[in-house]
Amino acid sequence: MDDPVITVDEVTKQFRDGTKALDRLSLTIPPGIIYGLLGPNGAGKTTLIRILATLLQLDAGTARVAGYDVTDHPAQVRDRIGLAGQFAAVDDHLTGRENITMIGRLYGLTRREAATRAARIVDRIHLADAADRQVKTYSGGMRRRIDLAASLIGRPQVLFLDEPTTGVDPASRQDLWRLVRDLAAEGTTVLLTTQYLDEADHLADRIAVIDHGRLLTEGTSTELKDRTGGAVVELTVPAGQHQTILAALRPLAAQLAADCDRIVLPAPDGPATLRHALRLLDQADITPSDVALHRPTLDDVFLALTQGASTEPEREPAGRIA
Amino acid sequence: MTTAAVPTTRRLRRTLVHTGVITRRNLLANVRLPDVLILSTIQPVVFMLMFLYVFGGAIQAALPAAAQGEYIYWLIPGILAQSAVFGSAPTAYSLNNDVTKGVLDRFRSLPMARSAVLAGRTLSDLVRSAFILSLQLAVGILLGFRWQNGLAGLLAAMAVALAFGYACSWLMAYIGLTIRNSEAIQAAIYLVVFPMTLTSSVFLPTQTMPGWLQAFAEHQPITIIANALRGLTLGQGALPAGHTIAGETLLAIAWTAGILALFAPLAIRSYGRNAQ
Repeated sequence: MDDPVITVDEVTKQFRDGTKALDRLSLTIPPGIIYGLLGPNGAGKTTLIRILATLLQLDAGTARVAGYDVTDHPAQVRDRIGLAGQFAAVDDHLTGRENITMIGRLYGLTRREAATRAARIVDRIHLADAADRQVKTYSGGMRRRIDLAASLIGRPQVLFLDEPTTGVDPASRQDLWRLVRDLAAEGTTVLLTTQYLDEADHLADRIAVIDHGRLLTEGTSTELKDRTGGAVVELTVPAGQHQTILAALRPLAAQLAADCDRIVLPAPDGPATLRHALRLLDQADITPSDVALHRPTLDDVFLALTQGASTEPEREPAGRIA
Repeated sequence: MTTAAVPTTRRLRRTLVHTGVITRRNLLANVRLPDVLILSTIQPVVFMLMFLYVFGGAIQAALPAAAQGEYIYWLIPGILAQSAVFGSAPTAYSLNNDVTKGVLDRFRSLPMARSAVLAGRTLSDLVRSAFILSLQLAVGILLGFRWQNGLAGLLAAMAVALAFGYACSWLMAYIGLTIRNSEAIQAAIYLVVFPMTLTSSVFLPTQTMPGWLQAFAEHQPITIIANALRGLTLGQGALPAGHTIAGETLLAIAWTAGILALFAPLAIRSYGRNAQ
């Protein structure tokens, strides 16, 4: 097992008004994977990214990135990270290429190196045609790609992406996902925050669900779903027939769902359970109006874990409000 | 590689390169988004013309002999002092904009010199101010202003004005980094800069002000700068009794150095300090 590339140990961050953005949060992230931080607004995701990117000081605990403590060696950490924040931090008046080469120069590359790498990067993000146009003519998705590309030019060991696809159209989203996956395949460790469960599901090798600055659960997408419970069969039936159906399906432990509209039964054998249920209904001469085999989604996990938890207002110490 | 192991010369070189990169970035905004530059260039010239033609006739009587009985002789050095101060305000707005757009966060996360962003910002604003002041001077000359103290005096006056404006840029950088709301920044700047220029010798000699105000007006920095510029462009006769060109110039340099010494470290500290 490789040494973890990011270690967060009992990190606490408190605001001046006393609310805790992070409350003894601990995480360990191995190298070369895509790690998703999932949580509602104000959960502390951005705060954690800002601490790891040396933009914010932690109050207690320790955090190490690429082998260096973020408090004691911020300069070494900055040498090894890339950051793409919640908004595309690109200059409208520069061309896409100029934006990328500028960041390259600030990473310490020579003019020639920066130009060579920028040329390779714009090809890679499929922006070669638009690269010499000013960014103010770009779409939202193109701006995001330039923003991400700019953070790649320093060839960071660790890449922080704060809600990389918020406000991006579906096609650009697929492009960004592909790019992030390619990067991870090349060995870059990616830590991304997202509010989109499908994004975490599709993209992240491991997911941490956080809320109120605390870790709720952590694991692969499959592990998280398994913890919530298995698949279920859902039947929608006319209101008057509930009792009859419940009786017919008693061998399968069917129950009336909380909303009283559906009948739900566990489906440990998936489609086989579904077939069994339909056969029982057939014998009772009942036709349901709708049938579904429902596998748990990350939504179920998320809702189960954060239910009613986020009633407090958004509190990300970002100097800008998400 | 640790910070301590990087030789000082390399660190200095890195700071210079990064400052150059940032300066270029900021100047390109002036060239490629020229509407802002054009408007902010026209405004000082229009103000200058307004003061010249609205106040000019009424004020002539109060002017010292060195002003040749022409308000424009009095006004041009004063307005250059005023524009140097006003020309530093964009430093606050631009930095605030970079904070809001997240650009500063990106810069902070890069392995770059801490002072480079602010050095680049203030330098590009200095270039912009130099352009605006030169334009005002040129319009002034077209309208009849003539310097009386040699070209060297005129160039020295421009240098004093721009140096003071540069120092004010660091004050503005501090404001732009510590006040988050852009409207509050604008209000704060106007609250300070307008009264300061009006209660100075920029537009009028201070002798006619009430005694308590005169005491302030004669010693506040914008008056000192305006006096230095008048002495350097028009000669000794343009200064109040008991003041010398060298004395006013030295005082102007002292104010410039003082503001710089106070606000450059404060601004760099608030840039480096992690946002709370």
